[in-house]
Amino acid sequence: MTEPEAEHMNVAPGEPHDSLLSESLSYVIGLGLALLLTAVSFWVASTSVLWGPGVATGLVVLAIAQMGVHLVFFLHITSGPDNTNNVLALAFGVLIVFLVMIGTIWIMSHMNANMAPTPEMTNLHLQRG
Amino acid sequence: MTNEAATIGLTHGASEDTGLGQRGPESKSIVVPYGFWLFVLSDMVLFSALFATYATLVHATDGGPTTNQLFDRNLVAVETIALLVSSFTCGLAMIAAKRANMTWAQVWLLVTGLLGAVFLFIELYEFAIMIGEGAGPQRSAFLSAFFTLVGCHGAHVTAGLLWIGTMMAQLWAKGFQPHIIRRLLCLSVFWHALDIIWVAIFTIVYLIGTLP
Repeated sequence: MTEPEAEHMNVAPGEPHDSLLSESLSYVIGLGLALLLTAVSFWVASTSVLWGPGVATGLVVLAIAQMGVHLVFFLHITSGPDNTNNVLALAFGVLIVFLVMIGTIWIMSHMNANMAPTPEMTNLHLQRG
Repeated sequence: MTNEAATIGLTHGASEDTGLGQRGPESKSIVVPYGFWLFVLSDMVLFSALFATYATLVHATDGGPTTNQLFDRNLVAVETIALLVSSFTCGLAMIAAKRANMTWAQVWLLVTGLLGAVFLFIELYEFAIMIGEGAGPQRSAFLSAFFTLVGCHGAHVTAGLLWIGTMMAQLWAKGFQPHIIRRLLCLSVFWHALDIIWVAIFTIVYLIGTLP
């Protein structure tokens, strides 16, 4: 009766200690990477060293990388078999997010280009008044 | 009848594990956070619509102030670091809660809440200055979209702060019971998700908006 209990007591403090270290390490690595990516984002946005037109794209890539860091190190979304449901739900969410954003931006920019008012159109109101 | 059901894969011998639900539903500690994860993802879909609206309207300033004139990168940097570190301390609170360490769980939750409050205070300060300059949500379509997007995130942070306070009280009163741990886990998922959305906001709205 006492033996399993003692065994249990032996395991309990040791096991959390090990995983405490690795678990804390996961958050520390995540924080470090996120801080690094944030710093790089702010540097990229303010430097004049880089090719101007590419900066916006680079910032989006950095943001997506940082979101990945948050997902892996803070939310513990991994590729392990116990995570399949979480990953599938995430994949579906990402699909919808990209459809909504890219679809809207694509369509609305084209409509905006086609519907941009000419100077005559904007003056029409004044001419009538 | 039994044979028929067996051929379409509804019944199995006791030793078989086909992954078709023979073992019954997962425990609540799995199902509840998973359901909350689905909510968080649908929340991100909501934000994607707000981002799309903002991207569409960002140049519709109606002769009013533009992104370059309004946004202050230094304030945003402080906001970003406050929210990022609060995400980190939220993780530390979860580590402490897992090991039933009341003191550290409460301390880290308090730090998380305080950093969230710092973030919210700076955001409201920024909003107040903008509205004072006549750049309120009614000024232009761009500003309407801006206040909707960033304000919606701020509203989420406010709800998160209330939730953190509630969880600190519940943890204190009820201890580390399974359902309290479950709620804490959901809270941490919510809080990390807010930080992920903020990454998109500070990049798309503030950094790209203030490019020279």
